[in-house]
Amino acid sequence: MSKRHPLDVVIIGAGVVGAAIAYYAARAGLSVAVVDRGPVAGGTTGAGEGNLLVSDKEAGPELDLALLSAGLWRELAAVLPHEIEYEAKGGLVVAPDEASLGALRDFAEGQRAAGVEAVEAGADQLRELEPHLAPGPVGGFLYPQDAQVQPAQAAARLLAASGASVHLGEEVTGILTGPGGVRGVRTRGGELLAPAVVNAAGTWGGRIAELAGVSLPVLPRRGFVLVTEPLPRVVRHKVYAADYIADVASGSAALQSSAVVEGTPAGPVLIGATRERVGFDRSLSVEALRRLAAQAAALFPFLADARVLRTYHGFRPYLPDHLPAIGPDPRLPGLLHACGHEGAGIGLAPATGVLIAAALTGARPPLSADPFRPARFAADPAG
Amino acid sequence: MPSSASDTAPPDLAIVGAGPAGLAAAVTAAGLGLRVTLVDAGERPGGQYYRHPAPGLGAERPEALHHGWSAFAEREAALRAHEEAGRITYLPAHHVWAVVPDGDAWTLHAVAGTGPDEAAAALHARAVLLATGSYERQLPFPGWTLPAVVGAGGAQAMLKSGLVLPGKRVVVAGSGPLLLAVAGSLAAAGARVPAVVEAAAYSAYAGHLPALLRNPGKLGEAATYGSALLRRHIRLLTRHAVTEAHGTDRVEAVTVARLDRDWRPLPGTARRIPCDALAVGHGLVPQLELATGLGCATRPTADGTLALALDAEQRTSVAGIWSAGETGGIGGAQLALLEGEIAAHAIAGRTVPAALARRRARLRAFAAAMGAAHRPGDGWTGWLRDDTDVCRCEEVTAGRIREAVDELGARDARTVKLLTRSGMGWCQGRMCGPAVAALAGDGPAPDRRPLSCPVPLRHLAQLPPADG
Repeated sequence: MSKRHPLDVVIIGAGVVGAAIAYYAARAGLSVAVVDRGPVAGGTTGAGEGNLLVSDKEAGPELDLALLSAGLWRELAAVLPHEIEYEAKGGLVVAPDEASLGALRDFAEGQRAAGVEAVEAGADQLRELEPHLAPGPVGGFLYPQDAQVQPAQAAARLLAASGASVHLGEEVTGILTGPGGVRGVRTRGGELLAPAVVNAAGTWGGRIAELAGVSLPVLPRRGFVLVTEPLPRVVRHKVYAADYIADVASGSAALQSSAVVEGTPAGPVLIGATRERVGFDRSLSVEALRRLAAQAAALFPFLADARVLRTYHGFRPYLPDHLPAIGPDPRLPGLLHACGHEGAGIGLAPATGVLIAAALTGARPPLSADPFRPARFAADPAG
Repeated sequence: MPSSASDTAPPDLAIVGAGPAGLAAAVTAAGLGLRVTLVDAGERPGGQYYRHPAPGLGAERPEALHHGWSAFAEREAALRAHEEAGRITYLPAHHVWAVVPDGDAWTLHAVAGTGPDEAAAALHARAVLLATGSYERQLPFPGWTLPAVVGAGGAQAMLKSGLVLPGKRVVVAGSGPLLLAVAGSLAAAGARVPAVVEAAAYSAYAGHLPALLRNPGKLGEAATYGSALLRRHIRLLTRHAVTEAHGTDRVEAVTVARLDRDWRPLPGTARRIPCDALAVGHGLVPQLELATGLGCATRPTADGTLALALDAEQRTSVAGIWSAGETGGIGGAQLALLEGEIAAHAIAGRTVPAALARRRARLRAFAAAMGAAHRPGDGWTGWLRDDTDVCRCEEVTAGRIREAVDELGARDARTVKLLTRSGMGWCQGRMCGPAVAALAGDGPAPDRRPLSCPVPLRHLAQLPPADG
């Protein structure tokens, strides 16, 4: 918590994205502080399942970011404590009929061109990969690059490894500015001065942007997850039906669901997740639970006999074009954004950290951050 | 819908819990003309307090183990009469897992029955009274997971429902008025009780004399227990705690130490007491998840727990949702009976009789005084070694919880849970919640259990779809 060195950057948000930025910025030699009104992983990170998916992303900028991240997560798994529970379990997307298998084939073709490994599996091979899968699916695709971490642990261990000075339980109440742009932040505990401030406040990133006098249209997109009693490890991959991909890409506010089913090292099976835009509504949606349960039982009939021990919900940070905002904000020099990753924040965090660290140091980024320009929603983006 | 009321219009009132508060509310409301559905997880009415011997044990006088059995017996008889007359639908063995709004009424989702008869049930009502009671507060210590270490309330329940003793030599420990009652019951049933180990000092009551003196009945109850202990030569050690249980296959002895004002064990005061069972509990915690799931506001109480914020007529902060008994703050069966009656009057749109309101105020003040006296001191976490399991479902040690707090940025029980899995197992944090919150340096947080009990996935999958 010392402030002996002048800070180079203050990161707002101790979720996985803020933690990854702290990690890569510190590795780039910067002096970093992280500030959050709550604990580590207190927002969407703590409500996530820890999906590191390339399988659900169509060829394009988000997939490029996911592929960069997939490699970085493999590196991080070698240096961070094993408690982050990195597991390269692979994803398995199953198609209920020939038409959807055909669509999946086209989708995978585009992904392959971008560097994704996608292996087509026939009905028999599906059964070998997942012996408890219901009969029915005509085929599917195996994505060996899909992986998993325990999200809260991943955020906490990244943050600890960064060596950043960490200010938890301190809400940012203002962005300090001067003639040259950003000067730091004001919190309830005092001021943190730095020439750069990164908005990594996730679903609450719109409010931080507002404090800085700029707009960023981050909206919450609610998701429920079901957690069963501990079961023997019979679900081996992340398994989901092909229509999940359409749900992720949809802009509809209405409730959408297509269950992603996976086993965990501790035994419970996770079934996630629904998507609906209902603001920060924390009340239980029985309909969301019904859909997840029905779809999970349709994929794995044995789950019908399992008990659901708990359910929880989170609010994904949603931007209208489903791409995160990553990079400097031309409207206020020294302000950078790194939020709006929707349901992919855990997966995309390391690549986001690398892009932001590059922007802070003037280094050449490993891929173009142009599609993620934060001001792209403004009426006059040059602002 | 299975087992719901026969009429097509929803009943006026659904009551969750048939303990003292729920039972009193049901018979009072039915007497005032309301149509009532009484839903309870237990097989028989009475809840944790009025617990019945299992049928077939041939117990002839269950009332011998109960204080105030007649108050229960009268209401149980009234329940049967109202059931006969069709004014109350009584649904035992129904575990409500969620209450959700449904237009201008409410839907209660429940798991009904057990084993092969288990089925999903959905019930509807225009108003809901939550009388979900409480569960025992456990503060862990080294050895607390040994066989024959049981909850103090659990020991009482074993006696009442099974007429069995946890051991032959039973140390009773923890804090709260329940300990004296438990020791008395155990001794009456033939166990030896080497000591009752109470962490609070009874002198703490002195600060609350007015509240205590306005409740001569409650004081008489305590005096009865106290003199029963004297008669049986049971040692009462106040400001002491069991700081460790010893044994391999089961508990064989406990270490007892004297405490300072903050419940920190004083060096050099530890001694061993041989025993073959330990009944330990630190008071009760209101069971609030159905209410907090609906957004009902809570308030901190004198005993260090959270209770529902209720108005003088037992309304929660959510219109149409009412609550009575332990959920409004731990206060015992007499208070729960009264509050059930008050709520029933208010829900029926009747004036609450002034006498009921006066007695409630007096008993609430008494409960607050007792709660303050037995509130755990901050120093109790000093009993925990780093290798002591705090969450027994997931086997999470105190050391791992301290690491999450000191090194990983957890500042509350929820984040500790995310980082360590503490509270993610079968009991969903009911056992370790208060301990984890204390280790996180956090006050008690409202229960967050959107599912109040485990629900078969099949039941969720077979719910009727929304919008057809």
